[in-house]
Order: sequence, then structure tokens, then C-alpha cells
Amino acid sequence: MSATDKPARENEFQVAHHFDSADVQFDAGRMGIWLFLVTEILLFGGLFCAFAVFRSWYYADFVEAHHHLNRVMGAVNTVVLICSSLTMALAVRSAQMSKTKLTSLLIGVTLALSCVFLTIKFFEYSHKFHEGLLPGRYFTAEGFHGHHAGIFFAVYFMMTGIHGIHILIGMGLMIWLLRRNMRGEFSSRYYAPVEGFGLYWHLVDLVWIYLFPLLYLIG
Amino acid sequence: MSVIAADDDLEGAPRPRGTNYINAERGIVSWLTTVDHKRIGLMYLGSVLVAFALGGFFALLLRLELLSPGHTIMSANQYNQAFTLHGAVMTFLFIIPSIPGALGNFLVPILLGAKDVAFPRLNLLSLYLYWIGAIFTLSSIVTGGLDTGWTFYVPYASTTNTSVLSVTFGIFVLGFSSVLTGLNFIVTMHKLRAPGMTWYRMPLILWSLYATSIVQILATPVLAITLLLLMAERVFHIGIFDPALGGDPVLYQHFFWFYSHPAVYIMILPGMGIISELIAVHAQRKIFGYKAIAFSSVAIALVGFLVWGHHMFVSGQSEVAATIFSFLTFIVAVPSGIKVFNWVSTLYGGSIKFTAPMLFAMCFLFLFTIGGLTGLFLGMLSVDMHLHDTYFVVAHFHYVMMGGTVTAFLGGLHHWWPKMTGRMYSQKLAAVAAALYFIGFNVTFFSQFILGTRGMPRRYYNYLDQFQPLHAFSTFGSWLLGVGFLLMLYYLLKSLKSGAIAPQNPWGGKSLEWTDAASPPVTENFEHRPVVTEGPYEFNEGKS
Repeated sequence: MSATDKPARENEFQVAHHFDSADVQFDAGRMGIWLFLVTEILLFGGLFCAFAVFRSWYYADFVEAHHHLNRVMGAVNTVVLICSSLTMALAVRSAQMSKTKLTSLLIGVTLALSCVFLTIKFFEYSHKFHEGLLPGRYFTAEGFHGHHAGIFFAVYFMMTGIHGIHILIGMGLMIWLLRRNMRGEFSSRYYAPVEGFGLYWHLVDLVWIYLFPLLYLIG
Repeated sequence: MSVIAADDDLEGAPRPRGTNYINAERGIVSWLTTVDHKRIGLMYLGSVLVAFALGGFFALLLRLELLSPGHTIMSANQYNQAFTLHGAVMTFLFIIPSIPGALGNFLVPILLGAKDVAFPRLNLLSLYLYWIGAIFTLSSIVTGGLDTGWTFYVPYASTTNTSVLSVTFGIFVLGFSSVLTGLNFIVTMHKLRAPGMTWYRMPLILWSLYATSIVQILATPVLAITLLLLMAERVFHIGIFDPALGGDPVLYQHFFWFYSHPAVYIMILPGMGIISELIAVHAQRKIFGYKAIAFSSVAIALVGFLVWGHHMFVSGQSEVAATIFSFLTFIVAVPSGIKVFNWVSTLYGGSIKFTAPMLFAMCFLFLFTIGGLTGLFLGMLSVDMHLHDTYFVVAHFHYVMMGGTVTAFLGGLHHWWPKMTGRMYSQKLAAVAAALYFIGFNVTFFSQFILGTRGMPRRYYNYLDQFQPLHAFSTFGSWLLGVGFLLMLYYLLKSLKSGAIAPQNPWGGKSLEWTDAASPPVTENFEHRPVVTEGPYEFNEGKS
């Protein structure tokens, strides 16, 4: 019934029972990941839409409020995330070439970079909390000319917060990938989870690449 | 090892059967950890039927309250909570997962000639997420109820002291369940078709489920972000939707309907797919206009994304936007019309058998057509000013959602019941139940069209005395509906115990579930991998 005609080594990949071949299984997984990424884009799309609406309504307030974001920290974080995308892409390539140790190293570096990102984000957030630059009703900062800076920070915290949750989830997935890689599960015959996670990580990076100029640079 | 054919309506003593997906493994753990799409479909079926019973119970309470003006059986606040829960349970816990989750899960791999869906474990996760979402949603019953209506309009939803959070979080989780099902179906249809199963040899229900899945994937994430923003609004008062803080409540409505209008196509498209199967098989007639039906499903899915503003004609959106939305609303009627005409053309010259599934398909044709045409009244700007938020709207969407989707679901359930359970039910009782359903439905909801045109607003607890006779008439109809459903429950449950053993192909269908799979199918669906050589509607039509 099932496709178990080849003798299996330990941790050797086996085609799932309902697929004809490993190729079909990989294609299916890849397609599933891409469809999932589409849902992610629509999720963030709602937030981008809200940003566009309120920016056109309260243009002056948005410009005023965005000066209170720390551009240096934002720029550093952008570089950090782009670097992590590079190391992740290299990790996918090394997994394809069955270089297990190098793959572990590269995923480890990606994980470390995501920690750096979140650390910087933590300092940014705590600074905002301290200054009272908070959404809606909790906005207590003084010296603003407009009345709607709170909405800017509502959009800011929702966008960067949901993005941050994606980073956190990504870190969990990287730990899972590392464990599986150390058990020798990934090789040129089977690297689908590494590749799929790579796609996810690039999307998380891409969202930030849009968030940074919109929120920090043009307000 | 196909099961030997038994006579349709003979209630003979049950005979022992071979191994199938139901008895392959035993024990509750084997069900909770299964990755078999048929078992997951069966668990979905049980779950959505419980949700339907609960939503129906609320509906009967509502109609009973409206029997007479003023206080009849519940207070105004209880009434608000009852209609909110009726709507939320029926929409999110029943209709949306009903056909894809229950029948779709069971059928998609079998109709494709596959052993399972592409991601079986994800499929099980989707069921678990459904249960978790259902628990959060239903927990509101004991934690203070919910009185916002199923639409959660702000600013009321951010200020009411009822349990908005648990319900919105529940629906947020249910959204993930819905997305995973859609994703699974799309990949399955792309990657797991049997040899010879080309796109144009797929049964039409698969086309409609494919279109549904597209909508699920593209629309549901927007609901997710809307509900997240609503939760943040409620907890932190972030001011995005709350006008008191500079936010925009109309933005909420745009976001909400950007999901919830396509969601009505998530609800109706699978039903349309079922009707295509029912009509072709029970008239033993090649479907008329296969490609027209297939592509009209895709067209409905795509155009359906562009009409959400017709829920907001009186919300203060611009006149230009309203005019465009009105025009696009008329456009979306075209593919629906194409389907109805093709179904009727299929019947022409067919050898129509008035089996239970066919009776439901006939009900669908009547009720859905009325529902669809009254939608055009509402899509017209000037008429909508008068009819907006009246019982006319209530009647319209019940004709589409219940008269359309629920009728199709019932037809599909009767059609595939022998395949799913391996038992035949009583055709006579089923015919009686279908008649009760049809009459009860029209008595309940047609009277609401009249109430609406005379100015009865929806969601009102109290009303003027002049509306009382029609309200009483409608309530009487709801009892007929209730009796019809109880009768269905009776003979379907009875069939499990003492129904005749179902033959492999009781209706003479030509798609793979009838020609190649036993009733009920074995664990991986087929004894031998099917090879498809012709379309699913090649009936032998000697005379016509």
C-alpha cells in the first residue's frame, strides 16, 4: 500500500502515505506556505489600510507624532533584520547541500539577530511607555499641537506589536528547526521545513521594510 | 470488496460489514488523534449539527417572544442576547464550517481520487481550533451574554458591559480554522488529483469549494485584524474605531464587511456546488453548461470582494462609492443567474427521481431564486433607503442563507448519508420532512418580507399592534420548521441503528465516491487507485 520500498536509514525522510512521490509532497508544502503568506499579507494589509486612512485624516498630527520615534534605533533594526534574512537564505542553501553544521550555525546567527531586534525594540517601547507616548486614552505626553497623536501611536503599536509577535513565533520555530537539524533530519533529500520557514522569515522582514519608512521616515 | 447492492427502502436486518473507516480503529482516542479526512469530516458534522440545534433553539425562542407585542417570554435585554447568539452561532459555528468542514472534508479527497487531503494533521488542527473557538464563543452564554448583534458594530461593542472579548476572540480562532481548511483544499486540488482527473473532469462541487477556499484565504485575515483592533479598542481604548477619541466607526464597518460580505459567498458557494451534484445525479442527466457553472463560481468569488459597501448605503459613505457598490452588486447577480438557468436546463429532459436529495434541490431552486431576486431590491439605492434594517432584509438573507445554504446542506446530507454511514434512511419520512421544511420555511420568512415592506424594523423587541398577525404567522411557521428538523433527526438516527445497508451506488452517480469507493469507504478511500477516463456526469441517456 504505502511507499516503503527503499530501506530507511535512521531519521531518513519518508514520503507521507498519501503522496505519490517526494516531489509532489515538497510542491504541496511549498504551495501551502505561499498561501499562508498570502493570508499574512492580508492581515497586515488591514493595518496598512488603517494607517493610510488616518494619515490622510490627521496628516499634521501624524507628522508631529512621528518625530518622537527613534530613527537611529529603527534604522539599526532594519539592518539587523535584513542581515538575518541573508543568514536565513544561506541556511536554506546549506541545508540543500546537506551541510548540517553550517546550517545549524546560520540558523543560530539568525536567531541571535532576531534577539538583537527584539532587544532594541524593547528599549524603544520602554522609552515610549516612559514618555506617555501611548495609544488613545493612555496618551499622556504633553506639548503636542494636534489632538490625534494617540491614533498615530495606536497604529504604531498595533503594527510593530503584531510584527513583534511574528518575530517571537519565528524564534520559536527557529529553535524547533535547530533541534531537528541537530538530529540530522535535514539533507539535500529533505529540507522543506527550513525552506518554508525561510519564506516566512523573509515576509516578516519585508513587512518591517515597509513599516520602517512609513512610520519612522514619512510619518 | 464493494458492498452488495440492497434495495432502497427495505428495512431489512442489518448485516455485518467489512472493515471501513468507521470501524477500522476503536476508542475515543483513535477519533481524537485521527488524521483520516473522513473521520474528521464526521466529527465536524456532529459539531456543526450541535451548533445548528443550539442556534435553532435561540431562533425558536426569538419567534416565540415575537408572538405578541411587549413581554412574552423574555426581557428586552435577554431578547438582545438571544438574537446576537442566534446570529453568531449560526454564522460562525454553523454555516461557515458546515459544508466545507463536514461534507467537504469527507468528499474532497474521495472525489479527486486521493487518499487524504494534502495536510492531514493541519486538517485535524483546524477541527481543534473550531472546538476551541466554539468554547470561547459559547462561554459568553454563562459570562453575561452578548448584545451587540453578530456584527459587533463599534462604538457600542467597545462600551457594552457584555462579554464581547470572549466572543470576538472565539471568532478570531474560528477564522484560523476556516483558513486552514481552505488552504488545505486548494493544495489538495492542485496536487492530489488521481491519474486522468483533469480540472474539467472534477465534479462541480470541487470547483465551488475551490472558489470558497479562495475567499476563505483572502477575506478571513482581514476579519482577524479587524477583531484584533476591536479587542484592542475595547481593552486599551486605542481610538482607532471610537469616534470619541478621533477614530472612525465607519472604518470598522468597511473592515467588517470586507470580510463578511465575501463570507456570505463562503456560505453559499459550497451549497451551489452540492446542488450541481444533486440535480445531475438525481435527474440522471449530464450537467448543462459545465464550464459556465464552474467559472461562475470563480466569478462570484472574485466579484464578491467588490460589493461590501452595499451593507453601508445608509452609513454615510460617499454617494459615488454607494453608486459603484450598487452597480457591482447587480453584476454579482449575473453568475448566480447563470447557475440557476443551467440547473433548470439540466432538469429539462432528465429522468427526474423525486428522492429526498432531489426534493431538497427543488426547494433550493425556489428559495434561492426568491432570495437572490430580493437581493436586487436591496442593491438598488433608492429602494434600500426604505428597506434598510427592516424585516425585508431579515427575510432576504434567510432566504439565501437558510433557503439556499441550509437547504443545500440538507440535500447534500441526504445525498451522501449512505456513503458516510453505510445506511439508507426512510425515503417516505424524508419526503414528509422536506415538505414540512419547505412549507414551514415560507410561512416563517415570506411573512417577514411583507412585514419589512410595511416598516417593521429588524432587531426590535416590541412592535405596533398592526404587525401582530404577520408576526404570529411567522412564529407558527417556525414551529413547522422545528417539527421538520426533529423528524429528520429521528429518521437519520434511526437509520444508523436499523436502516438498510446502503449499496455502493444507491443513486446511480458517476463520480468517484459512487463508482470506486465502498459505502462507507475504507480507511484510505479506495481498494485500488482510481484512474479517471471520463467526466463525472456521463450518464447513459438513451431517450430524452
